[in-house]
Amino acid sequence: MGKVVLVTGVARQLGGRFVRRVQRDPEVDRVIGVDAVPPEHPLGSADFVQVDIRQPAIARVLAEYGVDTVVHLDVTGTPLGGGGGRTGVKETNVIGTMQLLGACQKSPTVQRLAVKSTTSVYGSAPRDPAVFTEATPPKSLPSGGFAKDAVEVEGYVRGFARRRPDVAVCVLRFANILGPCADTPLADYFSLPALPTVFGYDPRLQFVHEDDVLEVLRIAAHEPRRGTLNSGTFNIAGDGVLLLSQCARRLGRPTVPFLLPAVRWVGSALRTVGMSDFSPEQIRLLTHGRVVRTTQMRETLGFEPKHTTAEAFADFAHSRGAGLLPPEALASAVDRAAGHIGRLAEFVRTEASEDQSSAPPASPAQSSTASKERI
Amino acid sequence: MADAKVIPFGDDPRSRRGTGAARSGPAKRGSGGGRKGGAAASGGTLAPVPEQHDPLPRTPLDASEEPGAERGGWDSRIAGGLSFLRRRITGDYEVDEFGYDKELTDQVLMSMVRPFYEKYFRVEVKGIENVPTEGGALIVANHSGTLPLDGLMLQAAVHDEHPAGRHLRLLAADLVFVLPVVNELARKAGHTLACAEDARALLERGELVGVMPEGFKGIGKPFGERYKLQRFGRGGFVSTAMRAGAPIVPCSIVGAEEIYPMVGNSRTLARVLGLPYFPITPTFPWLGPLGLVPLPTKWTIQFGEPIPTDGYTEEAAEDPMLMFNLTDQVREQIQHTLYKLLVQRRSVFF
Repeated sequence: MGKVVLVTGVARQLGGRFVRRVQRDPEVDRVIGVDAVPPEHPLGSADFVQVDIRQPAIARVLAEYGVDTVVHLDVTGTPLGGGGGRTGVKETNVIGTMQLLGACQKSPTVQRLAVKSTTSVYGSAPRDPAVFTEATPPKSLPSGGFAKDAVEVEGYVRGFARRRPDVAVCVLRFANILGPCADTPLADYFSLPALPTVFGYDPRLQFVHEDDVLEVLRIAAHEPRRGTLNSGTFNIAGDGVLLLSQCARRLGRPTVPFLLPAVRWVGSALRTVGMSDFSPEQIRLLTHGRVVRTTQMRETLGFEPKHTTAEAFADFAHSRGAGLLPPEALASAVDRAAGHIGRLAEFVRTEASEDQSSAPPASPAQSSTASKERI
Repeated sequence: MADAKVIPFGDDPRSRRGTGAARSGPAKRGSGGGRKGGAAASGGTLAPVPEQHDPLPRTPLDASEEPGAERGGWDSRIAGGLSFLRRRITGDYEVDEFGYDKELTDQVLMSMVRPFYEKYFRVEVKGIENVPTEGGALIVANHSGTLPLDGLMLQAAVHDEHPAGRHLRLLAADLVFVLPVVNELARKAGHTLACAEDARALLERGELVGVMPEGFKGIGKPFGERYKLQRFGRGGFVSTAMRAGAPIVPCSIVGAEEIYPMVGNSRTLARVLGLPYFPITPTFPWLGPLGLVPLPTKWTIQFGEPIPTDGYTEEAAEDPMLMFNLTDQVREQIQHTLYKLLVQRRSVFF
């Protein structure tokens, strides 16, 4: 008999993609997607059950289908489709998780639980070490917003793991998820025509590609492969680091630095207009940045992300179209300037050393290709 | 020797080598060898001008050869600068997980520090051979001077003088990472927060790590106590080095104490501004920004014999007595070298 997988939060892009992906796995018999609103995207052959995980009805779903694997993706930072407020999101995150875990605890069939969390549980503060491991205690706990929800969710999940030691529990702390169809606050931020930044700070950022997210969720939802262990808490991030300034340049979007107090006003102004979610937590990320160590992910979970941070970002940038200052245009402008300078240098040289002009001078075209080669 | 003095504002040893090659290669103007020299300067991997045949016999005028070489150097410098600019504005460069931007440090930040290093403080470096050529090592130095210029000079000393061109990764106080602009530059120059996790991660990656365990006690001590080493924190640096199996290189810096003679400390102002101390020197804050100009003292940086830490057992790092002993050993070696250098010093300024 195959597995029955229940996925929460399928009305979102990520949940929908995961449902479509996991039902193709041979060991999976049946996939049940759960959300409070019907999804706009197809879920393949999966069953969709419209139930709010904040209601006890979720326990009936677990029992009715004999679910043995629960993948909890309904831990998110923003309301779906821009509707609803922060309170609704917080309730779904925290109360929803409590209900779901309560239902799992009662269910005799559940054997495996995977929970989506975030690296923002570490907070970001200047007094933190540069790289967080899973065991690093945060210097300053997130004071509110999604990060605080995630901290509370993880707390409840730990409690559940203690009470049901027979259930394999995997908490995946994802770095900022980016990709062609990412709908995270950070993706919204990078879609602004000009990026407001904090003056005097250049945060280090780490991204994980959507495809890698699906892949690692599959690992967490299945039996662990030989030599690996998929219960515990893992940081999930692509290799490497990008600075915010680097991201802006690669996107071709100009940055507008604001002093730290002014950034908060700009943030709330943008939020009122509804252009971007610019929460205090996001401002902290964009001030101090956050980098996590992924040794556990590689060695214990046995997962190698296919995309590095830079590749995930490039894929995202590609899907968003050119900004005001496309890097290609800037690069060709520099090449043109190099050509002009080369020509000028040639001119000066031939003027100055007419008597020694035995060798043919290099043409400007050559010089510009030479500079291209070097790059 | 004289040649090296002629081009002091070159970017890094590699680019210096590049321009040197352009200087000696007589055929560069004809065959575009000057540009190749530029490629060697910016790429660093290409061998500088491999072909050695010279169609032009160098007989006629050495004087007319010189300006040509100069122009070739300029050419490659401009080409190198443009490709650097191109990479920078398109964001096509790498930083490591601590935010260290090697390219920016080599090309820009170090050239900003270098005039201070070479001309202003005329830093003399001794015992650079005591800094290991490869593998992790912890350089432990004294801290002084009200503003942490000694850290920057130490970094420049390792960067410019070490034959293997090693990069020093300094551990900085958390205040550095709170201040805007400063934190950005510090991270890009390869500094990170002085905590055991970061230090250990860097040492295990085989980096050269610099630490000044006196911290604010050392840098903010009054002028009267100059060259008296303060307490070395809790000796955490020793156990970190021991866990990573990295040798400890004691380092003594003479000259930094006199750059801003701190004759007073306004505790009230320090508390108001949230700083560990607020220095009052003969010129600061009386002359305003002019008071920030450091005195042009003559500096000496001496690296001492490395103290190995890999002969200890796993539990040794947990042994407080051993830690205190090793800390004292390092401290005494630095203090001793400081006194020796002070005796040798002719004058503060020359």
